[in-house]
Amino acid sequence: MGTSTVGAAPGYRPSATLPFAAEFRRQAARRRTQLALGFMVLLPLIILIAFQFDAGDDDNGGGEFASLISFATSGGLNFTLFTIFVSASFLLVVVVALFFGDTVASEASWGSLRYLLAVPVPRARLLTVKLLVALAYSGLALLLLAGTALAAGTARYGWSPLRSTVAAELPPGEGLLRLLAVLGYLAIVLLVVAGLAFLLSVSTDAALGAVGGAVLLWILSSILDQITALGALRAFLPTHFSTAWLGLLSTPVQTDDVVRGTIASISYATLFWALAYWRFTRKDVTS
Amino acid sequence: MSGRTAAGTDRTNRTDVRRISANAQGSTRTVCRMRSPLSVPSIRRALPTGRRAVAAAAVVVLLAAAVVWAVLPRGPQVRTEAAILTVRSGPDGQQPVDLDTALYLPEDASAGHRVPAVLLAHGFGGTKESVKADAEEFAGRGYAVLTWTARGFGRSGGEIHLDHPDYEVRDAQRLLDWLAARPEVRTDAAGDPRVGVVGGSYGGGLALLLAAQDRRVDAIVPMITWNDLARSFLPESTGGQPTAGVFKKGWAGLFFGGGGSSGSGPVGLSGVTAAQPQGAPASAGPPSPGPGEGPGTGPGHAPGAAADPSCGRFAADVCAAYLRIATTGRADQAAVDLLRRSSPAGVLDRIAAPTLLVQGEADSLFPLGEADANARGIAAAGTPVRVAWFTGGHDGGEGPQTDSDRVRFLTVQWLDHYVKGEGTAPGNDFTWSRIAGFDALDRGLVATGYRTSDYPGTAGERRTEIAVTGPDQRIANPPNGNPAAISSVPFAGGLSGLLDGVAGDVPGQHARFESAPLTEAVDVVGSPTFPIRAASPTGEAVLFVKLYDVDPNGAATLPNGLIAPVRLTGLPATIAEARPVTVTLPAIVRRFEAGHRLRVVVATSDQAYTTPAEPAVYTVAAGDAPLALPDVPGEPIPTAATVWRWVLVGLLAAIAVGLVVVVAVVRRRHRRHDSSVHPAYADVPLAVRQLRKEYADGFVAVSNVDFEVHPGQVVGLLGPNGAGKTTTLRVLMGLTQPTAGEIYVFGHRLVPGSPVLSRIGALVEGPGFLPHLSGLENLRAYWRATGRPAEDAHFDEALEIAGLGDSVHRRIKTYSHGMKQRLAIAQAMLGLPELLVLDEPTDGLDPPQIAEMRRVLQRYATDGRAVLVSSHLLAEVEQTCTHAVVVNKGRIVASGPVEDIVGESPSVLFEVSDPDAARAVLDGLHGVRVLPESDGQLVVDTNGTARSEVVAELVRAGIGVDRVVPRRRLEDAFLALVGETSRGSGDR
Repeated sequence: MGTSTVGAAPGYRPSATLPFAAEFRRQAARRRTQLALGFMVLLPLIILIAFQFDAGDDDNGGGEFASLISFATSGGLNFTLFTIFVSASFLLVVVVALFFGDTVASEASWGSLRYLLAVPVPRARLLTVKLLVALAYSGLALLLLAGTALAAGTARYGWSPLRSTVAAELPPGEGLLRLLAVLGYLAIVLLVVAGLAFLLSVSTDAALGAVGGAVLLWILSSILDQITALGALRAFLPTHFSTAWLGLLSTPVQTDDVVRGTIASISYATLFWALAYWRFTRKDVTS
Repeated sequence: MSGRTAAGTDRTNRTDVRRISANAQGSTRTVCRMRSPLSVPSIRRALPTGRRAVAAAAVVVLLAAAVVWAVLPRGPQVRTEAAILTVRSGPDGQQPVDLDTALYLPEDASAGHRVPAVLLAHGFGGTKESVKADAEEFAGRGYAVLTWTARGFGRSGGEIHLDHPDYEVRDAQRLLDWLAARPEVRTDAAGDPRVGVVGGSYGGGLALLLAAQDRRVDAIVPMITWNDLARSFLPESTGGQPTAGVFKKGWAGLFFGGGGSSGSGPVGLSGVTAAQPQGAPASAGPPSPGPGEGPGTGPGHAPGAAADPSCGRFAADVCAAYLRIATTGRADQAAVDLLRRSSPAGVLDRIAAPTLLVQGEADSLFPLGEADANARGIAAAGTPVRVAWFTGGHDGGEGPQTDSDRVRFLTVQWLDHYVKGEGTAPGNDFTWSRIAGFDALDRGLVATGYRTSDYPGTAGERRTEIAVTGPDQRIANPPNGNPAAISSVPFAGGLSGLLDGVAGDVPGQHARFESAPLTEAVDVVGSPTFPIRAASPTGEAVLFVKLYDVDPNGAATLPNGLIAPVRLTGLPATIAEARPVTVTLPAIVRRFEAGHRLRVVVATSDQAYTTPAEPAVYTVAAGDAPLALPDVPGEPIPTAATVWRWVLVGLLAAIAVGLVVVVAVVRRRHRRHDSSVHPAYADVPLAVRQLRKEYADGFVAVSNVDFEVHPGQVVGLLGPNGAGKTTTLRVLMGLTQPTAGEIYVFGHRLVPGSPVLSRIGALVEGPGFLPHLSGLENLRAYWRATGRPAEDAHFDEALEIAGLGDSVHRRIKTYSHGMKQRLAIAQAMLGLPELLVLDEPTDGLDPPQIAEMRRVLQRYATDGRAVLVSSHLLAEVEQTCTHAVVVNKGRIVASGPVEDIVGESPSVLFEVSDPDAARAVLDGLHGVRVLPESDGQLVVDTNGTARSEVVAELVRAGIGVDRVVPRRRLEDAFLALVGETSRGSGDR
C-alpha cells in the first residue's frame, strides 16, 4: 500500500483516518467523560464513607441476596461485590448509555460530524472507531468502579474471603476470579444498552435523546420482566438475564442463566450494531 | 359393580371444551378482521418515511408474534368424563361406596384405537381435582387417565381406612375392573386393563398396596410415600420398634386434621405435595364439598348424624388408634398392627409391577429411608426397581424446575415402556439432586442432578469418618415438652427447612459435639451414623439427634430440618457406665464445604414430637466412634445448559463468519469501485453534471444543476434561500446521496467517502467544533482525524487567516459567531486543499474582515487551486468572484464570468425630490419600468429609452433630479434572473 490513495490528497489513506488514539483523546477532553469516570472512582468512596455512619441495624428486609448488603463490610471483595450490586441495575446502564448514545449524536449536534465525513473518514470506519472508543471507555468505567472499590474496600476492611449465603466462603484468590467473572458478565449484559444507545445515536442529532431513549427502553424492559404473566415471553426481554451474574457467586457456579444471558445480550447487541451500521452508511447527514 | 354415570356433568364438560375451541377460532378471526382496514396503500400513506416503516414493521411483527403465542392451542385436546361410580368393597367385597371419578381420554381414543390407562391417585386430604393437571398431561400423552376421590374425602362416600387393603385398595381394584370394561382402554386379557398406577404420598401408598394385591397392575410410580406407616409416625433411630418410637405429633395432627373434622381439610396436605412433584400447581382444584356438604355427608352414603365429631370421616378403628397414640405419645401393638396393615412393608415381595420410586429429600414425614426400604423389599422379589430422589418432598414441595422436569421425564419414560410398551427399557440407575444455590433470576432454588449406575441405598457407597467431639453435657428435659426446639415446621413451605429459618435449640436442653473445621469439602449422600452415650436418673431418655452444618461465621444449618428421634431405655444413672448406641441419622444430600464444622446436637425436646411430660436431667456424651458420612460418587446430569453453551458457541461463530463475509464483500465492492479518471475532467477541480436530489417526502431540492469550477476561478454559487445551494454542497461533501447526476473532482467520480474528498476543504452550513476544546486544539484534532502528516497542515497560514490572536487558546464555547466562522474557514484551508468550498463564508464577519476575506479568497485561487463560494449576498459575490452560478428553484438560471452575467445593465438609479410624483411620471412613459426599491430611490429599467429623455420628462414634470446613476450591479441581474418575488424558491 502506497503512502496515499489514488486520487486523494498526499498522505491521505482511508484506513489512517480518525485513529483510535485521536478519537480517544477527543472524548477524553470532554467534561462528561471526565465526570462519568470520576464518579466511578468517587462512588465506592462515598459508599465507604456512608458505611462509617452505619449504626449497625442495617436489616433492610429479607431476600436471599440481602446477604450481599450485610456482608458488604466483611472485606474488600465483598465491598466490591456490593458496589457492583448497587450500581449494576441503573448507574452502569446510564454510564454505558452515555458513552454509546452520546458519541455520534453529539458530533451531529455540534456540526463536527459533517467535517469528519468530509475529511473523508469512511462512515463504517467512523462508526467502528467510535464504537471501539465507547467500548474502551465503558470498560474503563467498569474497571475503575471495581478497582477503586477493591482498593478502598481492601484498605478499609482487609483482604478477606468472599462471602454470601448462596455459597460457601470463597478464598480470596478464587473470590477475585469470581468477581472478574461477574464483571465480565456484567459487561456482556451491558452490551445490550450499548447497542441500543449506539443505534439511537446514529438515528438522532440529540445526544440526550439517544442516551435517555436507551435508558428508557432498558427500564421498560425491566418493568415488563417483572410481569410474570408474560411467561416465556420474558426470556426474550434483553434485561431478563441481567441479574444472572448472581449465579456466579454460588457453589458450584451456576452458568445456565449466564450462558443464556450471554446469548441474548450478544444477539441483541449484534442486531442493534448491525442496524446502526446499516442506517449510518446509508443515511443523508443533514446536520 | 354398577356404574351410574352422571351424564349431565359429562355433557357439560364436553360442551365446555367445544366452547373454548370455538372461542379460540373466533378470536383468530377477530384479529384478521381488525387487520383488514390497514390495507397496503393506506399503510404506505401513513408511513411516508423509511424509518417509520421499519419501526412499524417491527411493532407489527411483535404484535403478530404475541397474538399467535396467545391464540395458539396448548397441547392436544382431552375429553373428560366425570361420574359417580358405586363400587362394592369392604372385607366381604359387598359394601357399596360411591366414588367421585373423572376419566380423561385422549381425543383419538376409541374402541378401534385402544389406549393404555393410568390410575392416578391423589394425596391425603385432596380430591380428584388435586391431580387434574397431571391427569390432563398423561391424557395428552396418550393414556386414559382415571382419577377418583378416595373414600372419606370430597364427594366420595365411605370412611377413611388409610389405604386399607379391604377398603381403599379394593376400591381401586374395582376401578381396574371398570377400566377394563371401557371400550377405549387396552386390555391384556378380559378384565385385565393395561394400566399403571401413579400417586404421591397417600396415593403412592395405594399404588404400592394395589400392586401387591392385584397382579393386573403393569407398573407403578409411587412418590414421596411410606414403607411402614407405624415407623413413619413413631420413628426410633437406633433400630427400635414403633412401640418404642417417638410420636411424630406435628405431622400426625395435620394428617388427622386433614381427613378428619374439617371435611375439606387443608387443601395443602397432599394436594400440594402429591401433585407437585409432577409440576402441578398447588391449588389444582376447589376443596371438595361445598356448603352444606360437611364431613360425612357425601352423596350416596350418608352416615348422617352418626358422625363422631372427634373422628370426622375416619373409620372408627383408625380414629381410636390415633386418639390412643396421641394421648399417650406411645403406640400399643394393636395400633402398630393397624398402621402396618396400611403399609407396603409386609407385602413388598408380592409386587411384580416394575416400580419407580420417587422420594423427596426435604421430607420430614416420609424421609428417604422409607423409599430405601421399599426399594430393597421390591428388588428382593426380582421386580425391576428404580429410585430417584429430588430436593422437594412434604416439606420442600415440588422442588426446582430441573427436579420436576427430571421426575416428569422418569415417570413418563417408565410408563411409556412398561405400560404403553414404547421406548427402550429404562435402566435401574439412581438419580438424585442437591440444592446448589439460588436461582439468580426468580430467586427459586437451583438443584444439580447426579446419577450413578446402581442404587446403593442410604448407606452409600463409601464413607468418610470425621471425629466429632465434646465434653459430657447435662441437659434438661422440659416438663410437657415446652419450650421445645424447632427443627421443621410441617408445611411451612419449601424454604423453611432448608434455610434453617426456624431451626433453634433451647439453651440448657441440648448438648453439642463439634468437629474441627473441614480441610476439604465433604459430600454426603445417605444416612450418617453417630454413636452417643446417655445417662438418665429414670433409666429412660427421649433424645433428638441432629447434624448441623456450621459455617466459619458460626451460622448453623440443619439440612432439610431432619432429625433422628431416639428412645433409650435401660440407661445407667451416671455417664461413666453408659454404653454407646449408634444413631442412624436421616438420609441427606449435602455438601459440607471446606472450612465448615460438623456439629451433632443432642436435644431433649422437639416441637414436632411428643416427649415425656416429666422433667428430668440427662447426661449425654459422644460415643466411641467418629461420625460416619456415606457418599455416592455420581456424575452430574447434563442439563439444557449444555445445549445453550453450544448455541452460544454457534452464535459467536456465526457472528465472526458474518463479520468476515461482510468485510470481504465491502472490500470487494470497494475494489471494484470505479477509480478511473474521467479524461474530460482530469484537470477540472469540480464538475457537477445534471445533479438531482429528491428527498424521501418527494420534495425536489435540486432538479438539475450543472456547472464547472476551473483552476484559478473563484466561483460564486448564488441563489435565494432554498434555491438548492446547500443541498448541492452537501452532495459535494459526500454527506448526501444524489438522486441522479454525478460530481467529478479532478476527474474522479465523487461518492460519499470518496478519497478525492481529501482534496477539498469545506465550510458547509456553519462551523462545527468541539465546544470543550480550544480553537487551536480543534484544528489539531481535526487534522489528526485526517490521518495525514502534521507538516502538511500549514497551521500557521491557517491561523493567520483566522486572525484570532491569543483567542485561539480559548475554548470554542467562549467564541463569538464571527470567531467561529473565521476558525471554520481556517479549518477548511488546512492542508491547502486544491478546491475550497465555502458556504456563506462572510456570515458573522464585520466589514473589515469581509474585505480581508475577499483578498484571501482571491489570493487562494492561484497555483491551480479553485474556490467555490455559496452566498446570497450579491455584493460579496460580485466583488469576490470571477465567475458566478445563479441557482433558482433547484435549477441553474445563469452561469459564467460575473461580468457576463451583470452585462450592460439597462437600469438607472434616480434620486429625486418627489419620488411619488416621479413614479407616476415614469409609469406613464412607454417601456419604462420602475423596479421595486426603497429609501426614496427609484431604480428604473429604461428599456432602451435614453437616460437623457427620462431626465427631461422628470424635469418637465417639475421634479428635481439630484442624481442619476447607471446601475451595473449583479443584484439587478439576479433580480432579473430569479424574478421580483420576495418569496424564496424554497416555498415552492
